Amino acid sequence: MSALTIRGLRVSVEGVEILRGVDLELHSGEVHALMGPNGSGKSTLSHALMGRGGYVVTGGSVTLDGEELLGQPTWERAAAGLFLTHQYPVEVPGVRLLDLLDAAAGVDEVALRAEAQRLRVADDFLGRGVNVEFSGGEQKRAETLQLALLRPKFAILDEIDSGLDVDALRDVSRRIEVMSTEDGLGVLAITHYSRLLTELRPDRVHVFMDGRVVTSGGPELADELERSGYEGLAEGLGVESLRVTVPEESDPFADPGF
Amino acid sequence: MTGRFTVDGARALGGPAWLLDRRMAAAERLATTAWPTDTEEIWRYSRIGELDVDRFRPLTDSELGAVGAESVPGGGPVAAEAGERAGLMVVRDGRVVHHEVDDAFAAKGVRVCDLATCDRDEVASWLGSTSDASPDAFTVLHDAFLAGGACVIVPDGVVVDRPLVVLHWSDLDGVATFPHTLVVAGEQAEVSVVERHGSPDVEHLVDGVTEIVARDDAHVRHLAVQEHGPWTWSVMLQRAHLGRDATLRSSTVALGGDYARLRVESYLGGKGAESDLLAVYFGDRGQMHDFRTLQDHAAPRTRSDLLFKGAVEDEARSVYSGMVHLRPVAQKSEAYQTNRNLVLTEGAGAESIPNLEIEADDVRCSHASTVGPTDDDQRYYLETRGIRPEDAERLIVLGFFEDVFARLAIPSLAGALRRSVHEKVGHLHSEGGAGV
Repeated sequence: MSALTIRGLRVSVEGVEILRGVDLELHSGEVHALMGPNGSGKSTLSHALMGRGGYVVTGGSVTLDGEELLGQPTWERAAAGLFLTHQYPVEVPGVRLLDLLDAAAGVDEVALRAEAQRLRVADDFLGRGVNVEFSGGEQKRAETLQLALLRPKFAILDEIDSGLDVDALRDVSRRIEVMSTEDGLGVLAITHYSRLLTELRPDRVHVFMDGRVVTSGGPELADELERSGYEGLAEGLGVESLRVTVPEESDPFADPGF
Repeated sequence: MTGRFTVDGARALGGPAWLLDRRMAAAERLATTAWPTDTEEIWRYSRIGELDVDRFRPLTDSELGAVGAESVPGGGPVAAEAGERAGLMVVRDGRVVHHEVDDAFAAKGVRVCDLATCDRDEVASWLGSTSDASPDAFTVLHDAFLAGGACVIVPDGVVVDRPLVVLHWSDLDGVATFPHTLVVAGEQAEVSVVERHGSPDVEHLVDGVTEIVARDDAHVRHLAVQEHGPWTWSVMLQRAHLGRDATLRSSTVALGGDYARLRVESYLGGKGAESDLLAVYFGDRGQMHDFRTLQDHAAPRTRSDLLFKGAVEDEARSVYSGMVHLRPVAQKSEAYQTNRNLVLTEGAGAESIPNLEIEADDVRCSHASTVGPTDDDQRYYLETRGIRPEDAERLIVLGFFEDVFARLAIPSLAGALRRSVHEKVGHLHSEGGAGV
């Protein structure tokens, strides 16, 4: 049983404090949903956990089984068992999924083909540069394929439901659910739509506003959110501001978090 | 200029009379040829100012070995990786020391021979038929000391379906050598030639010329691999003349040398001719790779494409300067030119200067050029998979070159060349993770 523990995490980007004291705890096999409006700092949390350059930690801690991750380079956090499915997976021309997975963990072609079949990733995509000319659905299938083959302890799903059609959403969700129930993968699913949650069925739901978790609960919290909306919920909780940044989705090509 | 490269030295090299005459004419021109400086546009950014030609000396006939005295078969890894081959030539210090061609092709009239011993009627009219159209001080010096070279002549209509391999080896300290390769593909002929240039850890000046003649409807593939030692200076001209509907696919992989300059020129002289020029170059330490390219369209409905991709690390530098020339007769032609460079360390640098000269009004033409570091977002993406920064950088650099490797003129060599590049990126230092 592993634990990912986030305590009082504060992060600034370009001098602006985006995360204002985040507290979360995940265990193996659990599925947590982190829901929040655009611009609430959700993507910033995912990149701060992975140690992206430019994300300056000003307070708090992130431990994996008691070991402090803050201060470690990105690749060491990944090697320790943390995985991020990117909201906007970057194209890496000339580097195939097999090249990436071989370099990351010595994954061979047999394992890759088996997993690709399971996730219905066409052979064509295995021969191309990672994410090069992939559609939204293909990108997220490829992200999930990497997740399945690298077998981390915890996965942060950064808006894995964005740009997905119904079939792809179902395939991806079911694969992740199997990893959670059979392999003990702990999941933090970041989203601002509840449709992902009908597929993933979270154990816990956290509402993220103004750079922090403002309330947590069971799956019923997602239903309440569906009824009242973020603004209604914020009013009930006495949260003054929903956002700490301009809405992420205002420019679909913008770098999330900046 | 003359110095140690004298008329007497040029005369004493022996060989057939017609070749001697050619040398003497060049030696006379050499006496009145001014040595280039980097104030000339065509030598801008180069290291020509550092070159003292008189640090080197030409070989004498006795040092070169007698014409026709052959000894060294074999060919090393490049020859092996080329797969089944149609023939092999080994050229040591500019002298052909071994040549062979598959009997089946010899029977069809394919000639693989030394310029100095080939039948004069077969080679004399072709020698210089492309390089004489683009002379500079180095080609004049080359011509003045040219005592032999690799010659491939494919008769009309003959298809050589396996590569011919030419291995150049230059191994003497303080010496200048003058390798020459002449490839002539007759009408409707097809041929593939792989050249490998190598030298050990010696101070050496290679002043070489590769000439490619593709007559009407001929199809030529040419791959040159430059893996000189770290102290070798190499100044080369590769020039192709293409006839009607002829095609050339030429690929260069340049990894070695201290200063290595290559002029790559395609003259599309026949209607419908097509030229595809590719290069991968990778410099480290104090190396400089210096490319000057010319896509010269001199007939209607001609097409040329160029993709040169390079990387520099440590204090290495590179130059790409390319010209696309569409002459008034070149109506309905297409020309494309792309140069992309990765600068992997702060001390390294790359110059990229694409040029167009368009004198025809009904043409399609474009050029693109980039110089920059590897992409932070790509590296971060790979690092989130647990890949160390130095390994991520290596993957990105290899991936950057992949579209050229995928189009190499001789596909069977792509694997070996990927490994050579991989080893070169391998010595990159880790910059450490930039964690939060």
